[in-house]
Amino acid sequence: MPIELHRIDDRLIHGQVVVGWGQPLELRFLVLVDDEVAGSEWEQELYRMGVPPEMRVEFVSVAQAIEKYASFASDPKPGMLLTGDIDTMARLCAAIPALRRVNLGGVHHRAGRAQKLRYIFLTNAEEAELRAMAAGGVEISAQDVPAARVIPLETVLAGEATT
Amino acid sequence: MSDMEGRPLALVIGHKDFASGIVSAVIAITGRADLFRTASNYGLDTRAAEALVRDAIADGVVIVFTDLPAGSTTMAARRAQRDHPEVTVVTGVSLPVLLDYAFATPGTEHAADAAVEKGRAAMMVARGTVRAD
Repeated sequence: MPIELHRIDDRLIHGQVVVGWGQPLELRFLVLVDDEVAGSEWEQELYRMGVPPEMRVEFVSVAQAIEKYASFASDPKPGMLLTGDIDTMARLCAAIPALRRVNLGGVHHRAGRAQKLRYIFLTNAEEAELRAMAAGGVEISAQDVPAARVIPLETVLAGEATT
Repeated sequence: MSDMEGRPLALVIGHKDFASGIVSAVIAITGRADLFRTASNYGLDTRAAEALVRDAIADGVVIVFTDLPAGSTTMAARRAQRDHPEVTVVTGVSLPVLLDYAFATPGTEHAADAAVEKGRAAMMVARGTVRAD
């Protein structure tokens, strides 16, 4: 079973991930790719607290994610790979040829970002990074929860689907 | 519960309109609008939600009720609590929990624990009985 979803979500592990996606996809593991969290026992404990016992969490740095991706992807149980920002996912896509589909799940408001969707706000640099990923063959779409409409990257960037 | 100036000592923070909704029910039942401050994580990343919790703590809040253990609201509250160990975080909050806390004696040390027990005890499954006739 491949990793079901490669998701960019600045909240990392939270309700939409554990419940919204976790239950319908019957996720049994999460791979949280974040250099800071991978180096902090306290942060890891915080995220573990929100995960049900049947779901395991792997906390890895970008380098570790690249090294271990094949083993994650060959896990017989369904899983999700999460990054907290676009740049981290872009680095993974550049290094992992098999990673060719990305879900934009939540990039929230911050100074310098413009609203594209209700749950997607981007800087010009982030927009350019997404375009470069798409030009490199990565299929990118936005969808915060499974019941929501899948919105292709071009529509996201046009900022016309703000609901 | 509120302090001498009537400021809420408790914050309820949750997804979308959860906090304002559940606190409106508390107000409807108790008639007290000064018990709970409310906040939503809607449209916020975890750091922004954490800033809301820190602001509330700076205003005197000593207990934070959140809706979902796995939620970003709980993550935000726990991060803020790291610098404020005097603050208590209660997650998975329900109306019975808030009502019990609302009626607790101000300053009671274990009011949060008692409210959680009340919330657990308030949950039940009621099935209909098939009539023989």
